[in-house]
Order: sequence, then structure tokens, then C-alpha cells
Amino acid sequence: MKRNLMFILFTLVVVLLIGFAFAGCKKEAKEIVIGGVGPVSGEAATFGQSTKEGCELAVEEWNAAGGLLGKTIKLIYQDDKGDPTEAATVWTKLITQDKVAAIVGTAMSKCSLAGAPISQQYKVPMISPTSTNPKVTEVGDYIFRACFIDPFQGTIGAKFAYENLNARKAACIFDVGNDYTKGLSEFFRDKFTELGGTIVAFEAHPTGTTDFKAQLTKIIAAKPDVIYISDYYNDVALIAKQARELGFNGPLVGGDGWDSPDLVKIGGTAVENGYFTNHFSKDDPRPIVQEFVKKYQAKFGKVPDAFAALAYDAMYIMLDAIKRAGSTDPEKIKKALAETNINVVSGLVTFDKNRNPIKSAVIIAIKNGQQVYQATVNP
Amino acid sequence: MDISTILQQIFNGLQLGSIYALIALGYTMVYGIVRLINFAHGDFYMIGAYASYGLFFAIGTLVASSFSGPTAAIVLFLIILIGSMISGGAIALLANQFAYKPLRNKPRLSSLITAIGVSMFLEYFLSALPVVGPSYRGFPELIKKATYNFGPAIVSNYVLLDLGVAAVLMIFLTVLVKYTKIGKAMRAVSQDKDAAKLMGINIESVIATTFLIGGSFAGVAGLLAGLTYPRIYPYMGILPGLKAFIAAVLGGIGNIPGAMLGSYIMGIVETFATAMNSLIGEGIAFAILIIVLLFRPQGLLGEKVADKI
Repeated sequence: MKRNLMFILFTLVVVLLIGFAFAGCKKEAKEIVIGGVGPVSGEAATFGQSTKEGCELAVEEWNAAGGLLGKTIKLIYQDDKGDPTEAATVWTKLITQDKVAAIVGTAMSKCSLAGAPISQQYKVPMISPTSTNPKVTEVGDYIFRACFIDPFQGTIGAKFAYENLNARKAACIFDVGNDYTKGLSEFFRDKFTELGGTIVAFEAHPTGTTDFKAQLTKIIAAKPDVIYISDYYNDVALIAKQARELGFNGPLVGGDGWDSPDLVKIGGTAVENGYFTNHFSKDDPRPIVQEFVKKYQAKFGKVPDAFAALAYDAMYIMLDAIKRAGSTDPEKIKKALAETNINVVSGLVTFDKNRNPIKSAVIIAIKNGQQVYQATVNP
Repeated sequence: MDISTILQQIFNGLQLGSIYALIALGYTMVYGIVRLINFAHGDFYMIGAYASYGLFFAIGTLVASSFSGPTAAIVLFLIILIGSMISGGAIALLANQFAYKPLRNKPRLSSLITAIGVSMFLEYFLSALPVVGPSYRGFPELIKKATYNFGPAIVSNYVLLDLGVAAVLMIFLTVLVKYTKIGKAMRAVSQDKDAAKLMGINIESVIATTFLIGGSFAGVAGLLAGLTYPRIYPYMGILPGLKAFIAAVLGGIGNIPGAMLGSYIMGIVETFATAMNSLIGEGIAFAILIIVLLFRPQGLLGEKVADKI
């Protein structure tokens, strides 16, 4: 009996000691933790690499300039593998385990759509650098984005095809399992028809397929002047190759999913005479762009793509909002984000009432395997 | 749809069918001999694609410097073709030796689960290997692409290559199974394992040969797919593997001409269904397969036997 009592007392002391040890950890942190998410591996790996590097560069600059609210910024970057399930997992981990103040992520719309409800539920402000599907920010008032949305890209693509390429008949091909590519094609179709053109074919393909010849044969038989390919670069490369093989020599138009060095690596000469709408061009003469390109090149030894630029911008917008909010209180950050008026690499950014930025777009052409700045289009 | 589009779509379907056929043959042969649905078969195809990719970067420049002009491309293609066969065959042999052989006399479900395990192992192991990695890679253009007008349809040399290689290998396999000693042994084992053993046939070596041939065909399919759809990644085998399996079932699993027929039907039906309505095209293709199997559960050329899975 006495031994049992001793044992209970001993256990109590141990439990109390452990409790104190944990209480000691709860001191005021010297860091502000920001979560980052991107598809560092998987079907859109270059998107993830670029967004990660963009975020790192922005955080490094802020820390070098004295941090944020007197604290250093710590970036915890997670890989969502381009998979919505994985995105939801890392989102929950960042919020519940790492206790992040805000999240900058992620690249693909389908993954942001998986993460956004979690951010909204825990009231952790989130800004997606590159998710262009309108539904993303509709999830709730804690969700923002640094890029323009699908209607705008599809609309600009249609305007460009109709006015600059003088196309009157267009065909669309898109991934039926992906909100981004489907949305882009639908908005392209609507605008192109509104301008007076005809959509001669509107073809879907299943996710993960490599053979697009059935759809392309049908498209080419309808004799379009231009084919709008709203896919991501690795599908675009295969589609372009097969379209050229089947005898289509006209221009190809697409969205920012084209923006990757792998487009030309896989697509080769087939993607020549291709044009896409984008958020940013490294050849844009504005000083802020040139400065960013120089710093990025010095750190990573390569030219930044739009994903890097937008991630850099997204991080700047978020950190700027926290600075103006004066604290990491989510309510105040959210309010400060809505009042954003900041000049960043991809232009002067303000938010509309749906938390989508209002800014300009650029058209980029593929010429001799290089991305060439074509024009800037205002909203 | 006018006649030229139909002709073009037939070529598209035949090309797709050729790649399915090379995979489906391995499925069907292995099933015929050991009654195992080898779900790792699609991954042998992936291994073939990666081996070809690696081989190109290992010897591409060497071959280009030792031969001139078109000879270089042909020599390089032949070396890589043989390399893809060896790698696909070798990985199939290894899988048989280490995963399937120890389970030969255990319940059939164990082998089936093991096959899924082998498949996942190959996919995740290669994704984790730094030299391969989980990302997409562009496949090099071994042969310069050229297109020919075949009536109103446009046919590239890649289409002819896919069709040609598949045809040669299918003829080779038919001759092997019908007229050689090992072919006779394979047929004997597939009919009655125990009787074959009593007749002095070394069952294990027949099984190993079957895996070797099936794996090497999948390896070639990987090379052809890499050339035709120049983008490879560790999970590329899942979808074609599944479709080839369905093609084998459609033709009657265990039946070699059935696998060929099933694959070409699959390729053509998929192409036409997609052309008719791309939103639900694949759904239509699979619905047709279900209907065929409802009326002929043993597959088109399969024989009725009681113990199918």
C-alpha cells in the first residue's frame, strides 16, 4: 500500500515537471511563421520549384531589411505534389502543427480549392500566387490571390486571337478533370463568340492521357484558324506535337499554364507559332521587374518565370499586409489585405470585392524556342 | 464525319492499339501459364521507357560519332530497342523470381496482392531514386519525324514504326508459340500444369521464359510510347497497363490472338468514341466493353472455363 502511494506521488511529480517544461516553451516567439505550399514534385513540378524560390527570395529580402514587426520571418514550405488530397493534408499540418500566421500557396487551382476551406475554417489568411480559377477566392473572406482570374485570361486570349491573329474560326481543347483548363476554355469560347467568331470544335480530354489524336483529328477536320489549348505545359507540348503531326500549321494560343522551360524541351519546334497570356514577362522594361530579374538570377542562377514572380509578389503582398496590420491577428491581416495598394513585379495591385487583383496581362510568343514579350493588355 | 476523317481516326486507333497490344500480350501470356493477373506489367512498360531514355543519353553521342547520316539513327534505334527489351524482360524475370515464385503454390489471391505490391514498389522506388525522380521528362526524338499522305489521311513515320514493330513482334510470338519446342511446352503448361510436369517439362523454366517474353514486349511498348508521346514519368504505366489489361480480358484472357484483337478493338473504339463525344468518350468505350463482356463473359476469343477470377 505504501509503495503504491509512493508510486502515485512520483508519477504526479513527473507529470507536473513535464507540464512545466511545456509551459516554458510557450514564451513569446521571436519569429513570425509563414506557411508556403506548392507542387514541388509531380505533374507541375516546375511551378512548385519556381513558387518556392519566389517565396524564399521575398522572405530573404524582408529579413535582410529588418524582418517584420521586429521579428524574423520563418518560411515553412510544403509540397502538395499537385494533388488536392495532399494539399489538404499539408494545409492542416501548417495550421495546426506549425501554427503559421498566414499561408502563401498554392499554384494549381484544384489544390488551392482543397486548401482554401481549411484556411477559412481556421481563419488563417491565405494568398494563392497563381490559382486563376474564380472559385478559389469565393470560398471565403480570408482567401486572396496575386494573379488575375480565368475569365480575364480566357477573354484576353480570345481578344488576342480575334484582333491580333485575325482568327474567325477557333477550336478549344482542355482537360475535363481540371477546373483551371476547363474554365479557361469556356471563357475563351464565350468571348470569341461575343466578338463575332465561331467555335468550330470544343473538345475535352481525360486527365493523364497521352494520346490526343482522336480529338485533334476532329478539330483539324473542322478547319479552325487557331487552336486554343488551355492545358498545362506538359500536355500542351504533347498536344502541339500531335496537332503538327496531323497537319495543323496555324497558331496555337493558351494561358499561363504554358509558362515553363519544359514546354519547349518536350514540345520542340511544334510549339513555335504559339502565344500565351501571362502575368509577367522578364523583358518588361519596368525597373521593378528588371531589379527582380537581376536578384533572382543572382540567387538561383536562372531567369525567373511568372510563377516565381507571382509567388514573390504574393509573399510581398502578405508581408506588407501583416506590417500594416501591426500584428498577426488574422482579423486585422484580412482587413489590411483587402486595402492593399502596392506596386509589385506583376503591376500595381489592388483587390476587388471578390479579393481578386485588378492589374494588367502580357502576351508572350514562342519564337525559336524562346519566350518573346509581345504586348501588355490592360483589363 | 467524312471519309478522310474516318480513315485518319482508324490510323490513330491502330497506333494506340499497337501499344496496347504489346502490353496486353504479356498480361495474357502470364495469365495463360500461371493464372496470375500481373498488375505490375504496366510498370515493366515504364521501366522500358526509362531504360531507353537512359541508354540514349549513355550512348547517343557515341553512336552519332561512329556512324554517319541515317545509319546512325537506325543503329541507335536498334540498340535502344534491344536495350528496352532486355530491361523489360529482366525486371519481369526478377519480379517472377523474388515475388511470384515463392508464392506459386499459395492461394491465388496472395500472388494478386503481391503483384499490386510489386507495381507500387517499382513506381515509388523510381520516384525516390534521385536519378529518375517523380517529375516528367521529355523523351528525345531518336528518329526525325516525317509525315506522308496516305490518301486523304496524314500518317507519320512514327505511326508506321509503331504498327511495324508491333506486327513483327506479334508474328514472332505466334511462330514461337506454334512451331517451336518452347512454344509447345508453354501451351502444354497452360493446358495442364501437372500433366506437363509428368511429361518431363521444366515448369519453372517455362514460366520464366513467359515472363521474359512478356516483359520484353512491355519494354518495347515503353520505348514506342516514349517516342510517340514524348513524356515519361514513373506512374506512366498505370493507365495504359489498365487499358491493356481490359483489352486482354475483352479478347479472352489467356488467349494470344485474343489479346491482339482486343487491343486493336480497344484502340479503335476509344478513338471513335472520343471523336464522337470527347466529354464522355472514354466512358462510352468502357460501356461497350461491358456490353461485350455481358454477352461473352469469356471474352471474344476465349474459351469457356469455370475457374476465372
